[in-house]
Amino acid sequence: MNEKPRIATTVPAERDLRLDLFRGIALWLIFLDHIPSNLVSWITIRNYGFSDATEIFVFISGFTAAFVYGKSMQERGFVVSSARILKRAWQIYIAHIFLFAIYLAEIAYVAQSFDNPLYGEEMGILDFLRQPDVTILQALLLKFKPVNMDVLPLYIILLAWFPPMLWLLLRNASLALVASAGLYAAMWWFGWNFPSYPSGYWVFNPYAWQLLFVFGAWCALGGAQRLGRWLNSPIIVGIAIAYLVFCFSIALTWHIPRLGVFVPKLVNEIIYPIDKVNLDVLRIAHFLALAVITVRFVSRDWPGLKSQIFTPAIICGQHSLETFCLGVFLSFAAHFVFTEVSNSVLTQFLVSALGIVIMVATAALLAWYKSIERKGSGPRPPAIQADLAGGEA
Amino acid sequence: MRALIGVLLGVLAWCGPALAETPADCRVAENQIETSFSLPRVTKALAAKHLDILVMGAGSSMLPGERSASHAYPARLQSALAEKFPGVAVKVTADVKAGRTAAEMVRVLKPALMASKAALLIWQTGTVDAVRSVELYQFNASLEKGIAIAQTSGADAILMNMQYSPRTESMIALGLYNENMRWVALQHEFPLFDRFSIMKLWSDLGTFDLYSATKKLDTAERVHDCIGRLLADLIFETAKPGGKQPPEIR
Repeated sequence: MNEKPRIATTVPAERDLRLDLFRGIALWLIFLDHIPSNLVSWITIRNYGFSDATEIFVFISGFTAAFVYGKSMQERGFVVSSARILKRAWQIYIAHIFLFAIYLAEIAYVAQSFDNPLYGEEMGILDFLRQPDVTILQALLLKFKPVNMDVLPLYIILLAWFPPMLWLLLRNASLALVASAGLYAAMWWFGWNFPSYPSGYWVFNPYAWQLLFVFGAWCALGGAQRLGRWLNSPIIVGIAIAYLVFCFSIALTWHIPRLGVFVPKLVNEIIYPIDKVNLDVLRIAHFLALAVITVRFVSRDWPGLKSQIFTPAIICGQHSLETFCLGVFLSFAAHFVFTEVSNSVLTQFLVSALGIVIMVATAALLAWYKSIERKGSGPRPPAIQADLAGGEA
Repeated sequence: MRALIGVLLGVLAWCGPALAETPADCRVAENQIETSFSLPRVTKALAAKHLDILVMGAGSSMLPGERSASHAYPARLQSALAEKFPGVAVKVTADVKAGRTAAEMVRVLKPALMASKAALLIWQTGTVDAVRSVELYQFNASLEKGIAIAQTSGADAILMNMQYSPRTESMIALGLYNENMRWVALQHEFPLFDRFSIMKLWSDLGTFDLYSATKKLDTAERVHDCIGRLLADLIFETAKPGGKQPPEIR
């Protein structure tokens, strides 16, 4: 790729702080949702509609990946930027295996210390400890994935597959989006997914979730501007609000079963099951509705974004991989506190708040490390500057 | 909302240690019983003074040891129903074996229903499927198939979901399986006995200690007794003669 390719799309110069803010918030919500039986998780969006923080996380990850690596691909070509993307995928793989080690420690502890005649069946989950040779190998192959450890493998696949997609996005963004939607449709038609161990398939089907990732990337590469006219139309905003209200009322019947009688049978027949594995269209629609409302009311240059209240979330969003991994670890730890120490309401609030404080403090520490490293090595070439300013993809 | 009530009750229970002295009362979970759907065949069987029930389940429908036959929830359900419907001959047959997935139970469902001549199937499933991470689509298909078999065999159905097990919560991903069970029940308009939420409420309120490691059976037996009673409540509320009128039967 020596000659300068004709670039159809331009990568915007300045990073959108809203992305970091909402990704940071999504990371907090994922942490809260991952603590089992946590009262505080009642504040998270999955209880009030169809989609949850995962959609936000995947979309923004696609957006930032295009932002960071798109620039790199334009300036330094396909090979260099692909190498970078794959390096990132490798880092995430290492992080995933590290989390798996922590999970093994936890489950081995429970296997040794817990016995209750009520839960003979549930203890079947410990059976895999009897053949660690197979299990650990399957974990390394990303086929055996413990609870709540499905997001990183998805992210690895999405990144590994991103270089050709980004190449296409930079040449013809809309064609790339159509290709991605075509893959999504083919997945539904043919029932594609990645196999899991000991049985079943991936909890986040990469063939499905790539759509949201590519859509994020498409928005980063000029799509958002093209949509801008539509996003401000009162009709779209009205539809979005109406749909959110509908989702909310359906979600209410999950929590208060007796309200179920008010939902017509036809509606039940149409909407269920709302497929999380294959990223149901209803979930995409719910995410899009949330996004429309958010973009409508929080503009890019909203001065509030610079206010200190949002700094903690923004910092977490800028160090998403580390914060995510820490969040998974902290949710294990929080569950451990609930079972070994106390699961009173007060403890649940304290542990949830403390977890978020630890996430913010760690992200701040990482930001500080980055700043001293930047100062220590003097001025750098602009390409790497962009990577740093872009933070984590 | 439920959580909010849980919090309030939890705070109350925490403020008044005297309350803890009273014997565990599992009726706090009564509100978890969902009675919007009817059980027309059970209503008919009750009118004929003869109700046969089949419990199809896996390991969490039994207790270890010999006392299981008399103290696990199927047996407790039978005695609770006999109390509630005097004059009706109630017989609960339990087809229960540990480690069975929904698909494995579907295979033996038809002969079991035929043999027991049940007017009601109580189908406990979900845990083993979640432990073995059976594909959700397949799990759903098994549920639908089982329900269809029950209906063609002349039985109503109640679906029972997993136990709430706080120790293994971070290891078994019950969530999606749980949701799918609820959705299948909603779609086909039959009751779901939400054992998970009921036990969670008991745990939150301190009705039962579901955390401790123990080899003793006393708590486990009381939990099963309460599940049997609440199931009987559900059947009573939905199928009692002169109660809710069933929709027309095609």
